[in-house]
Amino acid sequence: MSDTVIELQGVHKWYGDFHVLKDLNLRVGKGEKFVVCGPSGSGKSTMIRCINRLEEHQQGRITVAGIEITSDLKNIDAVRREVGMVFQQFNLFPHLTVLENLTLAPVWVRKLPKKEAEETARYYLERVRIPEQADKYPGQLSGGQQQRVAIARSLCMKPEIMLFDEPTSALDPEMIKEVLDVMIELAHEGMTMVCVTHEMGFARTVADMMVFMDRGEIVERAPPADFFSNPKSERTRLFLSQILAH
Amino acid sequence: MTDLTDEMPVPAQRPPTASTGTIGWLRANLFNSVFNSILTLLCLVLFAAAIPPVIRWAFVNAIWTAPNGQACRGGGACWAFIGEKIRFILFGFFPSGELWRPIAVVAVFLLMILVACDRRSWGRWLAYLWAAGLAAVLLVMHGGSLGLSTVETRLWSGLPLTLILAVIAMVAGFPLGVLLALGRRSNLPAVRAICVGYIELVRGVPLITVLFMASLMLPLFLPSGMTIDKLLRAQIAFILFAAAYLAEVVRGGLQAIPKGQIEAADALGLSYIQRTRLIVLPQALSLVIPPLVNTFIGIFKDTALVTIISLFDLLGTVDAALTDPNWQGFYVEAYVVVAAIYFCFCFFMSRYSQVLEREFNRGTRR
Repeated sequence: MSDTVIELQGVHKWYGDFHVLKDLNLRVGKGEKFVVCGPSGSGKSTMIRCINRLEEHQQGRITVAGIEITSDLKNIDAVRREVGMVFQQFNLFPHLTVLENLTLAPVWVRKLPKKEAEETARYYLERVRIPEQADKYPGQLSGGQQQRVAIARSLCMKPEIMLFDEPTSALDPEMIKEVLDVMIELAHEGMTMVCVTHEMGFARTVADMMVFMDRGEIVERAPPADFFSNPKSERTRLFLSQILAH
Repeated sequence: MTDLTDEMPVPAQRPPTASTGTIGWLRANLFNSVFNSILTLLCLVLFAAAIPPVIRWAFVNAIWTAPNGQACRGGGACWAFIGEKIRFILFGFFPSGELWRPIAVVAVFLLMILVACDRRSWGRWLAYLWAAGLAAVLLVMHGGSLGLSTVETRLWSGLPLTLILAVIAMVAGFPLGVLLALGRRSNLPAVRAICVGYIELVRGVPLITVLFMASLMLPLFLPSGMTIDKLLRAQIAFILFAAAYLAEVVRGGLQAIPKGQIEAADALGLSYIQRTRLIVLPQALSLVIPPLVNTFIGIFKDTALVTIISLFDLLGTVDAALTDPNWQGFYVEAYVVVAAIYFCFCFFMSRYSQVLEREFNRGTRR
């Protein structure tokens, strides 16, 4: 087993009286790719948002890159520097150009000189195949381009871990592939990734481990080969039959 | 029928002529229905009836020079009164031998405003420039050093007084208002309660009562021998009021920022201050430019309320000028002129806000 970079131990979370996360245990090794799937409302997004403390867990331990996430702001900042996140709605900063979106955090958080940050930004724009859009505003780009900018923005912080929260769910069908291609490339380079997604083709290609969640619990985890051909739980089987039906 | 194939896109065509040009515009905007046609004709009749008398009063029958008020009564406007009194209206009771000082102050204000209007100048040095400019303004008005004779604040009047009250209320009230708005949305209950309490208290009380209290009641409570300058008290009241109103405008902008923006900033590791300064405020403020300028215009005009605590701002000097026994009864002329001066400033603010809106919205279209 490789070094553990994300570890969840007995994690619980409630929204008021509603028990959203129930006793989650998960261990992600360095360079591993986890794909999390499950019906809507099953707590997938909430779980990965706990990993960089966009949501607070109320019980259990979450350790990321050797740092335990507590209410200590210093720890939270340290974790967020190591963890990149890509959102369903892109969440680019609309008042800044693409290049400014990419250099903002490196300059202000990592304290890089502006010139160096711009070089890094241009390198990653090249990587996500939109170097020519550097001086445009996010509103002028297509959804697929915006999501690739969002991925580049996270990569500019040189994170150890990337979290993807349904990165293709808000995209028009013809733009999904251009985003997935970038993600696959990233996976092949050895990035540690946790992706919430229903793109099962992508999952088969890159996942080391499939995680199925339902009603706040992790119901099943298995390598993709077993997961797709031989699901153990009835709930998994039902879910797979629904999303693979067409 | 033209022969269309899949390979040939339909070529773009010119719009039909009846919908363009002057005739098309008239038809679309003024005569597009019976009711609108009647309204248009009614308005034309109204204009025809109203405009010629106004022109006759203001220009044709107007009297431009006269030795006193008696010689100035002819049916038309008496602009001689304005010529006689304009210096007093603009600069009030400031010692007449030192008039260059209020003139310089007005010039410095206009210069600072013009520099600040250029977006390229926005930055740290502009803040220094403004701090230096405001200090210079107060020094030149007050004197007492650099060989200038001291002029007490009760003699400050007219346009310089209006500008000092309004500009300082805006410049100091705006940052305070932003802090109050942020505080009102804070997660800390104590901070939130203080900000809500302050804003609601100030908004719930008429400005006039606060000015009265500051000028009449406050001295009663202060230990004997201790006085705070009346102008300073009024200025503080204006700043506190401006802050409360601006806070609510800014809060509107803050609430319009999607939660995803804050999450993205957090996920990138930005601190609260960085997130607020770099992500939240730039977007929130550019969203609320129209109501923000609305409030600024209101603040500018509210400064006229200081008349009631016997400070002579622009409107106060006009009223004082009207009491001259040699020139009695020229209210209309006086108020037209003072209204024109207020209009210049307020119209400028409103136009500038439209320029800003256009510039900010370049990239924010989603």
